[in-house]
Amino acid sequence: MYWQKEQECLARPDLEKLQLERLVKTLKRVGTNVPFYRNKFQEQNLDPEKITSLEDIRKFPFTMKQDLRDNYPYGLFAVPLRDVVRVHSSSGTTGMATVVGYSKKDIVTWSNLVARILCGAGVTADDVIQIAFGYGLFTGGFGLHYGAERLGASVIPISAGNTKRQIQIMQDFKTTALVCTPSYALKMADVMMDMGINPNGLSLRYGLFGAEPWSEGMRKEINERLGIKATDNYGLSEVLGPGVAGECQQCNGLHVNEDHFLVEILNPETLEPVAPGEVGELVITTLTKEAFPVIRYRTRDLTRQIAEPCPCGRTFIRVSRMMGRSDDMLIIKGVNVFPTQIESILFDIEGTEPHYRLIVERENNEDKLTVMVEVVESLFFDEMRKQRTLVESIKRRMASELGIGVQIKLVEERTLERFEGKGDRVIDKRKL
Amino acid sequence: MLVEQIAVFLENKSGRLAEITTVLADAGVNIRALSVADTADFGILRLIVDKVEKAKEVLRDKGFTVGKTHVIAVEVEDRTGGLAKVLSCLKEANINVEYMYAFVNRTGENAVLIFRFEKMEEAIKTLKKGGFTIISREQICAL
Repeated sequence: MYWQKEQECLARPDLEKLQLERLVKTLKRVGTNVPFYRNKFQEQNLDPEKITSLEDIRKFPFTMKQDLRDNYPYGLFAVPLRDVVRVHSSSGTTGMATVVGYSKKDIVTWSNLVARILCGAGVTADDVIQIAFGYGLFTGGFGLHYGAERLGASVIPISAGNTKRQIQIMQDFKTTALVCTPSYALKMADVMMDMGINPNGLSLRYGLFGAEPWSEGMRKEINERLGIKATDNYGLSEVLGPGVAGECQQCNGLHVNEDHFLVEILNPETLEPVAPGEVGELVITTLTKEAFPVIRYRTRDLTRQIAEPCPCGRTFIRVSRMMGRSDDMLIIKGVNVFPTQIESILFDIEGTEPHYRLIVERENNEDKLTVMVEVVESLFFDEMRKQRTLVESIKRRMASELGIGVQIKLVEERTLERFEGKGDRVIDKRKL
Repeated sequence: MLVEQIAVFLENKSGRLAEITTVLADAGVNIRALSVADTADFGILRLIVDKVEKAKEVLRDKGFTVGKTHVIAVEVEDRTGGLAKVLSCLKEANINVEYMYAFVNRTGENAVLIFRFEKMEEAIKTLKKGGFTIISREQICAL
């Protein structure tokens, strides 16, 4: 199912030609209308007219979150405020808030891109869609809302919170598609149990989840507990909000809406492109946005490209679910290691959220990674042979997925410090 | 015929065994038999106790990882060759022992052998056929 089949299945050469045209146009516009970019281009003697291939984007400077903060609130807008019909803002939990704007045409584009994501996830005009993302300055609620209306689905704009009421409405209004964060979906499943409501008795069939990192293990749990098909979608307010990328029914990677975004996957250290299929930081350039274009925005989100063409027929590249933040990357024996990779392996083995700690040391000029794992009951055997086999199998799996050897140290339950939210699970003892 | 055994994960840190036994003593749980298997990094403590559920509950409350498995208890006369007879019988039937430990009862006449096998059902059949006495947890606790 496609929303804009012609664009979504465009032949690669035609797509790349379109991207190049749009890229040149965007660079020219920001070079003229946005002082921040104009100054940078002039300093580095960059001329958008001289671009001949998509690879030329690599000559242009990056845009960082800090640049958005430095230009708070309207400094990076490329149209006069008169032409801006909507303003959103990021929460500013990791610093000062950032502000983004949309023109009339941007809102139409955004709606279509979200409608594509909904369609890809299985939603049609016949669905009743409950949007449990916050409505307000956060892009999630309004982004999904406009996309769902564009698609013609029946929208329940319930916003976030009040879980019991969400479930009551889900039951009474016969919701068929749920939009929220993956962790909230699991919370709903818990509350349903408390309320004595059997999810199988509901009309719910689809779940579109995003706005936070999650894992394949969580997807499985959501699918089983709510009896739905859960898909992942990705976006960030600095670039658009929801609608940047989303999974199709194959549930194997997110299609990037490449006719509107040019993406690069770069090594966060060297800022050079990673080899195809390797993990790197997603860097996005908008190709059609009028009010708030960004050039080479460093998302800090880690992903890798899935090279194989998708059976769904879309020609857009696929990226894996976001695997963590580039700020968390460790370099061990020259190999990039992300704590989230280790977490997802442990999640897979344990079946629940793992408690672990990573210790990095340097012995005789060689890096050593030790993973401390709390022994939960699913990891514990009364037979030494099985216990050791388990340790060996974790080691093997980590070695093959991370590309480096690790030590596993089993520790007793509840002996590792607990963190509220994101904690620092890495202890780097290397004094370099 | 199967005897419930509890197993506890131990990091090799000093005082852990003392802590476990104290927790059980405070809860009025009597330990009838125990064994520790260990490597350089960690150990597995196995216990036969009179109050299985109580023991599990208090240990879990104290943050220990507790598993429950079933083992087979065989009573033999405490004489030279008592264990050898049992093991030869099992060897002939090609049954592997995962682990075992033993204790002697109060009167000193009989020894109790605790076994964990790969194939539990087969082991029971073989032992019965061999004429050995398999006893229950209640019987162990009553010894």
